[in-house]
Amino acid sequence: MPPTPTPRYVPLKITLRNTRPAMPFALASEEWQAIRLSLLVAGQAVVWSLPPAVLVAWLLARTRFPGRGALDALTHLPLVLPPVVTGWLLLVLLGLRGPLGAPLHEWLGIRLVFTTAGAALATAVMTFPLIVRAVRLSLEALDPGLEAAARSLGAGAWDRFLTITLPLVSPGILAGAVTAFAAGLGEFGAVITFAANIPGETQTLPLAIYAATQTPGGEAVAARLALCSLALAVAGLLLAEALARRLNRWLGRA
Amino acid sequence: MLEVALQHRWPGGFTLDVAFTAPPGVTALFGPSGCGKSTILAAVAGLMRPDAGRVTLDGAPWQDSTTRQHLPAERRGCGLVFQDARLFPHLSVRSNLEYGARRAPADRPAGPGFGAVVEMLGIGALLDRRPAGLSGGERQRVALGRALLSRPRLLLLDEPLAALDTARRAEVLPFLARLRDAAPAPILYVTHALEEVDALADHLVLLQAGRVQAAGPLEDLAARTNLPQLTNRRDAGAVLACTLAGHDAERGLSTLHFAGGALRVALRPEAPGTALRLRIRARDVAVATRQPEAISVQNILPAEVTAIDPAGPHEVFLRLGIGPATLLARITRDAVARLELAPGKSVFALIKSVSFDRAR
Repeated sequence: MPPTPTPRYVPLKITLRNTRPAMPFALASEEWQAIRLSLLVAGQAVVWSLPPAVLVAWLLARTRFPGRGALDALTHLPLVLPPVVTGWLLLVLLGLRGPLGAPLHEWLGIRLVFTTAGAALATAVMTFPLIVRAVRLSLEALDPGLEAAARSLGAGAWDRFLTITLPLVSPGILAGAVTAFAAGLGEFGAVITFAANIPGETQTLPLAIYAATQTPGGEAVAARLALCSLALAVAGLLLAEALARRLNRWLGRA
Repeated sequence: MLEVALQHRWPGGFTLDVAFTAPPGVTALFGPSGCGKSTILAAVAGLMRPDAGRVTLDGAPWQDSTTRQHLPAERRGCGLVFQDARLFPHLSVRSNLEYGARRAPADRPAGPGFGAVVEMLGIGALLDRRPAGLSGGERQRVALGRALLSRPRLLLLDEPLAALDTARRAEVLPFLARLRDAAPAPILYVTHALEEVDALADHLVLLQAGRVQAAGPLEDLAARTNLPQLTNRRDAGAVLACTLAGHDAERGLSTLHFAGGALRVALRPEAPGTALRLRIRARDVAVATRQPEAISVQNILPAEVTAIDPAGPHEVFLRLGIGPATLLARITRDAVARLELAPGKSVFALIKSVSFDRAR
């Protein structure tokens, strides 16, 4: 077991050096770090939330069971709660003394609060409903007759899901994943509440921008990072568009 | 032999309560929209679980509500063809055809192979294409091939021609006939088009509002006059099984033999010896008490009136016995009175035209 670091709460502070780079638009290494961290956190969040989101979407779209309404409401909760509240709930549950956080930490040595993994988890929780909604819409638009046809041709439940359902809802999954990734890049409230604002650890782009705006003379840094955010968002949209076109061609919908 | 007995009640109050058997060959489930035909098919396929019922194929139970037995749809081996072809849009025609074949257990009736099916349905040129690029008729042919290649124990066809226009229907119908002849499995064929019944079916289950009205060999049901679903149609009439006896190319005529005699019809393309089925519509049959002369009608057969059944306020169906065969003639009550027709009376049946339904 690794030595237990003492829980620390890092107050908001800017650690970007106030040295001016040679070129006004060149990014300092701390700024690169924030971008890298944002991509990492958003990417991890999507990878973690995708499988359960597809499962929940399938349950909501295709099955009727007691508690379905509760599951639906729970899924959508992060969309309607203030993100800070979601972050706080995570902190209560997964903090080192929380009902889930304590056993995780004591038995498995896993600490989520104030870590990159924690930032990714907070982001995953926030973007989960976005994926569920996109996949569910796509599932509801899928003709159940195709699954019935596959069934009559001898395909069992998993076989049908993998060979018919999943490929045909893949545009919905892609759309959900891209939206979640883009939203994840910008997730602020839940991340700062649950994972704090630690440069190199949990300080993603929006947190770095916020920190820069709170620092005298940080306007240039904030502007550069904001431009980076914009560029990332546009690149993401273009990439998603291209992928969706390819996917639809592959699905024979061109 | 497929044995089906189903009861189901919908929240709206509609109830289905049917029982019938389907011997080897094609059994048509015939009835108006909403009579429960497609539900029966879904229940036989295992895609829908009725409130109560029993389905067995060759004695093997697929479903029995008394023992709570329910073989899942994917293990029943029902080759299903739907109104909309339901081809998998992300797979090529070839992969669609192979989807069921790959999953078929080895203990199933083999049936024709991939190459034979592709040739039979004329879809060789389509194999590398996607369903989105196919015409409605082509899609339906691929769907037939996919069902047949899954080595089905039973083929279930749910109005496979209903979504097609008349031209496409005529295009696909001969392929259906070929499928029927090639399939080693019994076929349950749901339709509300009598032409398709005539062209394909051996047995008929007549359905009305969730009940079986009548069931039996098509020839037997067509000769009955108490089934409004059949007799109220313009094309109501007797169905006869015949053999093509020979051609007279010079006069442009072919001779057909049936159980009660012979018929001459305009020259047929089939070879002598071919089994054919024809429908003689009741409105195309007239009767005379003396042998008419100098008349264009080719077929004048001596017959005996066996029964006079009501066909409407002013018309009747005459049942005419010609040897063991029965013809129906639809004539006015006035004609019955004028000719003093009564059961037992000998007449001449004048058959104005016949329509051919299938090469058997």
